[in-house]
Amino acid sequence: MCGTCGCSGGSEGGTGTRIAVPHTHPHDGDHVHDHTGPHQPVAIRGTADGGETVTLEQRVLAKNEDLAARNRSWLAEQGIVAVNMMSSPGAGKTTLLERTIRDFAGQRPVAVIEGDQETMLDADRIKRAGSTVVQVNTGAGCHLDAEMMRDALTTLAPVSGSLVLVENVGNLVCPALFDLGERSRVVIISVTEGTDKPLKYPYMFAAADLVIINKIDLLPYVDFDVTRCEEYARSVNPGLRSLTVSATTGEGMRDWYDWVAGQY
Amino acid sequence: MHELSITQSIVDAVCERAAGRPVRTVSVRVGMLTAVVPDSMRFCFDLTTAGTVAEGAALEIEQPPGTARCRACSKDFTLADLVLLCPCGSADVEITSGQELQIISMRVG
Ligand SMILES: Nc1nc2c(ncn2[C@@H]2O[C@H](COP(=O)(O)OP(=O)(O)OP(=O)(O)O)[C@@H](O)[C@H]2O)c(=O)[nH]1
Ligand SMILES: [Mg+2]
Ligand SMILES: [Zn+2]
Repeated sequence: MCGTCGCSGGSEGGTGTRIAVPHTHPHDGDHVHDHTGPHQPVAIRGTADGGETVTLEQRVLAKNEDLAARNRSWLAEQGIVAVNMMSSPGAGKTTLLERTIRDFAGQRPVAVIEGDQETMLDADRIKRAGSTVVQVNTGAGCHLDAEMMRDALTTLAPVSGSLVLVENVGNLVCPALFDLGERSRVVIISVTEGTDKPLKYPYMFAAADLVIINKIDLLPYVDFDVTRCEEYARSVNPGLRSLTVSATTGEGMRDWYDWVAGQY
Repeated sequence: MHELSITQSIVDAVCERAAGRPVRTVSVRVGMLTAVVPDSMRFCFDLTTAGTVAEGAALEIEQPPGTARCRACSKDFTLADLVLLCPCGSADVEITSGQELQIISMRVG
């Protein structure tokens, strides 16, 4: 339950740690603002009708970007690599994470941040696979942001040198806009989604460092064209790397682990 | 709907600067190559300004078009979408505008 207004913070039940995203109450008269960032100089110009034009010229997402930069430098100090994993719902993010956790057991400490609108279901799967996990429920929100990332990292307290895998909310639009402070961004697409996904969701592919094509065990049954999909992805992001895997059979996972090792 | 959090960021920034004065107009710059839909933004603006000093304010959205410069033939050209391809056939291009997401100014008082 939300401590501010008493509204329900989402469905109850499940185990593990969960963070309910702080939500604002736009109809409260007194707004609370934090004054952490330095104020920029403000140009004020009088106008004939007694009003004033105030020049702001600032980035809309400045606050998120500043927080992300702080996360990034904290992670770098700790020697932690955080990877932001994004895809449409059901592309296989959690399945890929489960296998990664099992295969890294005893080799590299892994911690997971699970972003979902509701439920602890994915966090429970991750926990069963053997990793520490924090579930962030975004409620109506369709993406994680740098503040949620900071809070999740604080709760998770990953050991230095570990790999932090962030499963973003299943959505190929919104998460592309919000920097979390991660080391790299991975977009996962499954072969059941159609070859033209990169052209339909160009922002996500333009923002990614790696595209993983998942569910290749299903290639015999669908008309997905791997080469063409990779070409589409590179048409919006020429340097984009790609690899193909099956998170259920394990095929191709070695390439993904090599890529992870290359992030350190 | 990322427009909601984006618009909330705009309204927060504007209300903070307004320091209690009523806000009449807010001007923003949203490039054509951002994944932000102006109509959604207007809808969210009315929603998020309700009950604040910016309630009833007009939202002016400036939309710079996408442009790019080709590194192969050094021509400037218009980009209709994120597909990075110069008319000369080269994909070695640099986006020069269209990705702006900024608060320009506001009118208060
Ligand atoms: N055949 C096949 N099925 C897969 C593969 N990877 C995942 N799946 C199946 O796809 C479904 C969705 O997988 P999840 O891992 O839950 O997908 P997700 O991206 O985490 O989904 P959301 O968190 O809801 O966005 C499940 O039924 C998985 O078993 C794969 O490589 N091959
Ligand atoms: Mg999942
Ligand atoms: Zn050219």
